[in-house]
Amino acid sequence: MVEDVAETARTTSIALDAVDWPGHLAGQHVDVRLTAEDGYQAQRSYSIASAPEDEHLVITVQRLDDGEVSPYLTETLVPGDELELRGPIGGYFVWREALGGPLLLVAGGAGVVPLRAILRHHRAVASEIPVRLLYSARTGADLIYRAELDGHDTIITLTDEQPPEWDGRTGRIDSAFLAETAWPAAERPLVYICGPTGFVEAIADALVTLGHDPSRIRTERFGPT
Amino acid sequence: MPPISRGFQGRRSDSAEAVRVPPGQYVTRDFPVLSAGPTPHQPIESWSFEIRGEVDEPRSWTWEQFTALPSEGIKVDIHCVTKWSKLDTSWAGVSLDTLLDTVDTSAEYVLAFCDGGYTTNLPLDDVCDGKAWIVYEYEDEPLDPEHGGPARLFVPHLYFWKSAKWVRGIELRQDDQPGFWEGYGYHNYGDPWKEQRYAGD
Amino acid sequence: MIALDGNAIAGDLIEVFGVDLTAATCMCASCGTSGFFAEAVVYMRGPGRVARCRACGELLFVLVTIRNITCVDLRGVVGLQPST
Repeated sequence: MVEDVAETARTTSIALDAVDWPGHLAGQHVDVRLTAEDGYQAQRSYSIASAPEDEHLVITVQRLDDGEVSPYLTETLVPGDELELRGPIGGYFVWREALGGPLLLVAGGAGVVPLRAILRHHRAVASEIPVRLLYSARTGADLIYRAELDGHDTIITLTDEQPPEWDGRTGRIDSAFLAETAWPAAERPLVYICGPTGFVEAIADALVTLGHDPSRIRTERFGPT
Repeated sequence: MPPISRGFQGRRSDSAEAVRVPPGQYVTRDFPVLSAGPTPHQPIESWSFEIRGEVDEPRSWTWEQFTALPSEGIKVDIHCVTKWSKLDTSWAGVSLDTLLDTVDTSAEYVLAFCDGGYTTNLPLDDVCDGKAWIVYEYEDEPLDPEHGGPARLFVPHLYFWKSAKWVRGIELRQDDQPGFWEGYGYHNYGDPWKEQRYAGD
Repeated sequence: MIALDGNAIAGDLIEVFGVDLTAATCMCASCGTSGFFAEAVVYMRGPGRVARCRACGELLFVLVTIRNITCVDLRGVVGLQPST
């Protein structure tokens, strides 16, 4: 581990110097395995938050109160510590320029992590493909990568609580929200949806109901394992 | 040998609790929900519990008939093969002895079957003599569908995968037929005190 | 019971098959629907991981890791097309 950065009160980005790393595609993840001295092991998957072009491999970890691995990664791990990784993993939930667009990214909570990697890659290759991120979080304090995302075409909605000066959207991303902010189905956008299962399925269903081609929609569901 | 993660402990029980649990288990205060499929939604009006197979005559109870049978409370520790144990859990339901008293059988084995297709097998001896129930209450409330409601098999002396959720009956058999997880390499019997997690243990 | 999808077991599938299968398509032996492995409905928390067809709910495949060896039972799948 090279360094860590607190993104929010409970989310930390961890930069790693990955030995013999073959490179990765934006959207992929790694499996992290911890081994205790008595041989006990625990393993979890984390999306890669960095673009293939970035200097270090970065994962962004949300600390779960009753978690087994996330408290270790966000509180115990210090620079110089080693972490066992398996990856990069995933050939389905990836974006590269050759896949085209326009590109619609829809994030629910921690689902923003792989989509941020896609955005960083999009910028690193100076892609001219139109891209937009719709990002749903509970409160302003839960927003990850805020400053960085402000530099892109990003629409944020805060569903539970908003800071006093908030003039952005509120409420869940529903059909009406998508009808306003997504490309029309006729433009055949490539859509990547990531977040909790309920969120992903509601968005996918709403897009299909709006006429979007299901084969242009890619989904990744996050949840406790 | 994988690298040791400096300072990683994993889940550990405190020592007072540790003596109560079988080898390799940790105590949880949660009640994890594990499943091989979606929670079935069986309307109670069409629910039934059956005993069939190697019996003189198959028996069947509707929900009304079933819940009219004598039931008892049970307070016991439960142990899941995925390593969590939960202490002093309280349940209520009908003893398998009450149900098996209504049939004559020379069968030696039982295969429990459930909504959603799950099955698990046990020796008949292991569901007799006060060792097994069909439970429909947990902590004095109707059993939550997530945890197997309306009713699940409850055999706490074995790993909890044997306590089949959404149970709809038992088939009495002369031969032992491996159930769902048993067919995938989990131990045919599953005694947590002998740490019988996998076939060959 | 909240299910995830095939992305969650991608690492295990690489261990068994040596290649990433998330973008490969498989056909459900029960209902004939084809879909990406990544889009299967996956139940993670259990003695093993169970993948079911998103269209009909029948078993597609089951992954079990016992004594550090991961095995997969693919009996619910007919036809496996690698990703293009």
